[in-house]
Amino acid sequence: MKLTLNKFHVKDIQFAQADSFENGILYVSKKKLAEYLMEDTNIESVDFDIARPGESVRIIPIKDVIQPRYKQSGTGQIFPGFVGDVETVGNGETNVLEDCAVATSGKIVAFQEGIIDMSGPGAEFNSFSKMNILVPLIYPIEGLDKHTHEATVRIAGLKTAAFMAKTTLGQEPDEKEAFEHETILEMARKYPDLPKVVYVDMVQCQGLMHDTYVYGLNVKGILSTMIGPLEVLDGAIISGNCAAPGHKNATIHHENNPIIESLLRRHGKELCFVGVLLSNESAMLKEKKRAAYYTSNLSSLLGVDGMIISEEGGGNPETDLMLNCKFHEKKGIKTVLVTDEYCGRDGASQGLADVTPEADAVVTNGNGNQFVVLPKMDKVIGDVETVRIITGGNADSIGEDGSLSVEIAAIMGSCCEMGYEHMMTRLR
Amino acid sequence: MKKIVHYINQFYGQIGAEEAAGQKPLLREGPVGPGIGLSALLGGQAEITATVICGDNYFADNQSEALGEILAMIEEMGPDMVIAGPGFNAGRYGLACGTICDEVKKRFSIPVLTALYPENPGAEMFHSRIYIVETGISAGSMRKTLPVMASLALKLLNGKEIGFPEEEGYIPQGFRVNVHTEKNGAERGVDMLIKKLKGEPFVTELPMPVFDRVKPAPAVKDMAHARIALVTSGGIVPQGNPDHIPSANAGTFGIYDISECDDLTGQDYMTVHGGYDPVYATEDPDRVLPLDAVREIEKEGGIGELFGRYYSTVGNTTAVSSAKKFAEEIAQDLLRNNVQAVILTSN
Repeated sequence: MKLTLNKFHVKDIQFAQADSFENGILYVSKKKLAEYLMEDTNIESVDFDIARPGESVRIIPIKDVIQPRYKQSGTGQIFPGFVGDVETVGNGETNVLEDCAVATSGKIVAFQEGIIDMSGPGAEFNSFSKMNILVPLIYPIEGLDKHTHEATVRIAGLKTAAFMAKTTLGQEPDEKEAFEHETILEMARKYPDLPKVVYVDMVQCQGLMHDTYVYGLNVKGILSTMIGPLEVLDGAIISGNCAAPGHKNATIHHENNPIIESLLRRHGKELCFVGVLLSNESAMLKEKKRAAYYTSNLSSLLGVDGMIISEEGGGNPETDLMLNCKFHEKKGIKTVLVTDEYCGRDGASQGLADVTPEADAVVTNGNGNQFVVLPKMDKVIGDVETVRIITGGNADSIGEDGSLSVEIAAIMGSCCEMGYEHMMTRLR
Repeated sequence: MKKIVHYINQFYGQIGAEEAAGQKPLLREGPVGPGIGLSALLGGQAEITATVICGDNYFADNQSEALGEILAMIEEMGPDMVIAGPGFNAGRYGLACGTICDEVKKRFSIPVLTALYPENPGAEMFHSRIYIVETGISAGSMRKTLPVMASLALKLLNGKEIGFPEEEGYIPQGFRVNVHTEKNGAERGVDMLIKKLKGEPFVTELPMPVFDRVKPAPAVKDMAHARIALVTSGGIVPQGNPDHIPSANAGTFGIYDISECDDLTGQDYMTVHGGYDPVYATEDPDRVLPLDAVREIEKEGGIGELFGRYYSTVGNTTAVSSAKKFAEEIAQDLLRNNVQAVILTSN
């Protein structure tokens, strides 16, 4: 199987009468995009804004961040189950808008939306600040219940991303990156001497707006399952998760899953990347145990030597992480865990809610409790008042000078537990 | 040239061994013993102008008096910095080094430095408050220790940024700080996995902490006469959140009166917890704080009575140290109010 990503670097986004992509500039017709999104009758109104790298702009509250992609060729369509049909993806060519993202905002869904600062100290905490961002501000019809509101904003974001990338169809990309992945039997023949590795992608699906979708299906309650890595890069997994913004896996993280990309790039050279196992983080202990045991059953069937396990969210998911570690290590399968920490503003507290002695190889993506003061920005897209209730903020977060005092858990993707960002903690 | 006062014990001060451990504090001009080697390593930027020598037993047995005398000597010299030791694994000496440095830092606001073996009780007690250079177990490591002390001392004296323990040679103070890295977390993870699979050495970025295990209290024998309280980390508070409890990493908890209330309604109560879907808790806060159910059991005589106040905080990205502090304070208040058992709910 082969998937080629046709990468188009976006230098700017501008509003225009017609949609097009020319010389690195993405032109978006507000009117046409609004009409497309308003097909959803749960949307009362929608507006759009643009945030660019380096600008004195703050976006708040943000539900999801999505990278615009659209299929040039191959089966299925991006975001299967939402934009595309449920047909198989992960082959052919997919057009990708690099340095570009959609950040959904508007009326707040719950407490778990985040912040992106396009400049200043807050911009240091995620890659999104270096992207040209289109922000759909989505206002639901009156009285819409929270769960339908969540679905409405989620789907509008995916549609916006597809709409944007569609402008590049038929054009020559700035660069191409091809990923190849054989069947398991074939790779066993080809790379008999390389260590066999799987990636255990722990997805948080607990209901109550902590949900992840695979081919459009909320995978809450599933037995652990397997998915091809190229399908993930084609938007087969998307986020419906309203967990803490600093460490939820947004859709852009799934589309660019850096663990999958890194394993694919080293596949056939340093290791044999067998595939991706999805292990659900339920809220119930029995289900956590079932998921971890069943994931280890699949690992045994595949006969793998090692694995990377990534977490989503924090607190009770640490139990899933540790159970997966323990059950696999007991079978002699070597594990590396990818997580983040909440060790207090001073960094002196214990940072995980659960531990196991077998967890001797752990990557940490930072302490979400780090306290920062984000200076006032010239422009706010969204509603700055929501900082008072989002995770990482509090009632006194807005200073008299308009600055925001928050913990970095409030900043979108700051401590991404897929290792998307370039941060870790060190003991001093 | 910057002035340093150096503290050492009777042995390194060349007064005598154990028989001289009762020696009262003495002030000598210039460096003595290890101070001579240390002084030579300061590259002409600083000098040890005086040395305070005190017997280990005298300090241990008369701590407040000894400390007073030593601090007075130091104050009179008006140094820019105080260095103590190295004390290696000598327990009494290590405690003296740690105590003196900690007090000097607090009272005179000047930099301080000592050097101890990590298991020295002085290191265990003071490592989070002062810089302690890591030494070997005995004076055999003196030659290795002094250059590390000199280099760190100069940085402290000159107000330079202090690097990480592995770079500077001090015992970790126990604070985890965020740093930016060249490789992203995913690549670091794959690197680590390849090393682990090959059996090569690798360094975990997060050594597993050791958890406190709390032994559950014995069961309440007579529930029918017990006073029960409700405690929640699920963030149920009166409407308007009067104590401004944050939606995450709460630094406080609230105590609220429910003596006249049998049932929590969404009109009067709300959740401020930022980590879960608030829809169902907003509809009926009893789902998180089960007041209605407890009142029913109370009426049936299943429990003696429900305590008239409940305790609430938010357990969302909350540091364990804060949770421990809340628990201790809440437990004390429960004891004062003769509560025999609590129902703890999260979310």
